Amino acid sequence: MSLDGNRSDLRLGGLGPAVVVVAAIVGIGAAIATLVIDGMACSATFWKSYLLAFMAASGIALGALFFVMLQHVTKAGWSVTVRRPAEAIAGNLQWLWVLFIPILILVWTGRGAILFEWCDLDYMHSDHVLSGKLGYLNATFWSIRSIVYLASWALLAAFYRRQSLAQDRDGDYRRTMTMQWWAPIGIIVYAITQTFASIDWVMALQPKWFSTMFGVYWFAVCCTGFYASIILLLIFLRSTGRGADVFTREHFHDLGKLLFAFGVVFWAYIGYSQYMLIWYANIPIETAWFAPRQLGPWTWVSWLLILGHFGLPFVLLVTRWTKRWRGTLGLIAAWMVLMFLVDVYWLVMPTVPEAALMHATSWDQLAQQAAQGTLPLGWNPSILNLTALVGALGLLVAGTFFFLGRAALSPTHDPRLSDAMAFENY
Amino acid sequence: MSSSLRDARIWGLAAQFTSPAEICAAAAKARESGYRWFDCHTPFPVHGLDKAMGLPYTILPVIVFFAGMTGTCLAIFLQVFTNALEFNIWAVVPVVGYQFEVSGKPLISAPAFVPVAFELTVLFAALTTVSFMLLLNQLPCLYHPVLKSPKMKRITDDRFMLVIEAKDPNFVRADTESFLESLGPERIVELEP
Repeated sequence: MSLDGNRSDLRLGGLGPAVVVVAAIVGIGAAIATLVIDGMACSATFWKSYLLAFMAASGIALGALFFVMLQHVTKAGWSVTVRRPAEAIAGNLQWLWVLFIPILILVWTGRGAILFEWCDLDYMHSDHVLSGKLGYLNATFWSIRSIVYLASWALLAAFYRRQSLAQDRDGDYRRTMTMQWWAPIGIIVYAITQTFASIDWVMALQPKWFSTMFGVYWFAVCCTGFYASIILLLIFLRSTGRGADVFTREHFHDLGKLLFAFGVVFWAYIGYSQYMLIWYANIPIETAWFAPRQLGPWTWVSWLLILGHFGLPFVLLVTRWTKRWRGTLGLIAAWMVLMFLVDVYWLVMPTVPEAALMHATSWDQLAQQAAQGTLPLGWNPSILNLTALVGALGLLVAGTFFFLGRAALSPTHDPRLSDAMAFENY
Repeated sequence: MSSSLRDARIWGLAAQFTSPAEICAAAAKARESGYRWFDCHTPFPVHGLDKAMGLPYTILPVIVFFAGMTGTCLAIFLQVFTNALEFNIWAVVPVVGYQFEVSGKPLISAPAFVPVAFELTVLFAALTTVSFMLLLNQLPCLYHPVLKSPKMKRITDDRFMLVIEAKDPNFVRADTESFLESLGPERIVELEP
């Protein structure tokens, strides 16, 4: 079975360039606004916002890359039609590395301490724990690692997208075998690079802290962002009258299940597992990361995540009909994108008032200081956070629609295409 | 009601078909003709058959949800009860739980209760799923008239059977047989109780 890739409802047509132009203007406009509002000063808030935006955009694209490879590892039939939009989102990894260059330059030119404390060598030498980490956390090794991550993601995304598009043209089933052969290797590469990237770019914001769960937590974050995003993307495509026979109610049901499984339950499971061990052991070097997140305004963000990222969507998604009806699924997915952004914000933004933590005699004393606003908790909501996020996500949307417009919206000659179009949930 | 009395020796009539498409069409016609006590026997799950038969969606998920919630509540109650209990019955009998302080944590510490709550939720939900699946399917079933006739053996191989039971209010031996004939089956089998 094959599809006619030139069918008008399987093509973006004029819609593609329109969305690309609008999203690119919004994205670049927001990026320029970020620079202008910051007064070209490249302040600490600017760099935090920049990292926040980069992590959010790359997180969604990474989730997509994992999804594409997972379908090949499991030789999935149901997902063949939704794989093409996922390939388009993952395709952004082919250019997202460009957005990381400013951070690399920042670290190379010796001003990295404004973002990463470990770039401050005096600070690193002031502590036994920190000086012991210098062999890993130094500008040279960190840069090499970052380049390896970005390069491997760009290569994987390009490989899967190109093979899939080439199969549309020549209909060669052996391309599916090639993609399947590489998928387990790709997943292993992905697992290692994504884990260490989250350690190097987010966990290293607080160089003294460590959590062996952090890479998995970041994986759950990526999954949340991706599944919520692709549901919104497919609902948008369907609302323009496209792909009615390839993006069926069954696909929305299954993507809703995956959002429920990975974005809600798995996320909560990993987040809790990380929290409980640290809470139980109660060792200062470990609890220092959670302390600011339970002080002052961050307390409410933490509660918002527990209830809004787990409690509410759990109740909403656990039943069958909310996943099968695009109206409810779309609302939940939009909410989950918001929660994904709050989660990234919660991971990147808080800072640890190390001196205050060391000298505090009780938790109540810290809570009092936090209430008075005398603790440097990193609670600094700024318009820069928002403009930077809009900038990166606008470019991500533009990139996604650029890639979507270059081919049919669904693979047209995949050997498992008929499975995907005929399957039903029971 | 009287039909089943008239044909007391007959449990039902079965029509044998050779393809999934035929059994789906036959099931839809049986439902449209007003039959309710009928069933389909196939060698493998046939997609769309439950829709053709007009079967309602299972209630099992709702039961499992409430069973899971019962597990959660029970687990939290159990832990709070045993850890932090302290009260008197009629001011005479003092009841004190096993108040064991761990690394300075409060006796009622929500994070410590989560693993047990999670496990009991899963345990209750899983056991309820299995037991109510069996219950709703009326399993285990040690004897079934459909399996008695040797002519029915091919439902585990390559044939599809539509069985209308004699207890159906619309069941009249001759009428039902001619109805089944009209569906164009390979053959019709009489089933003894």
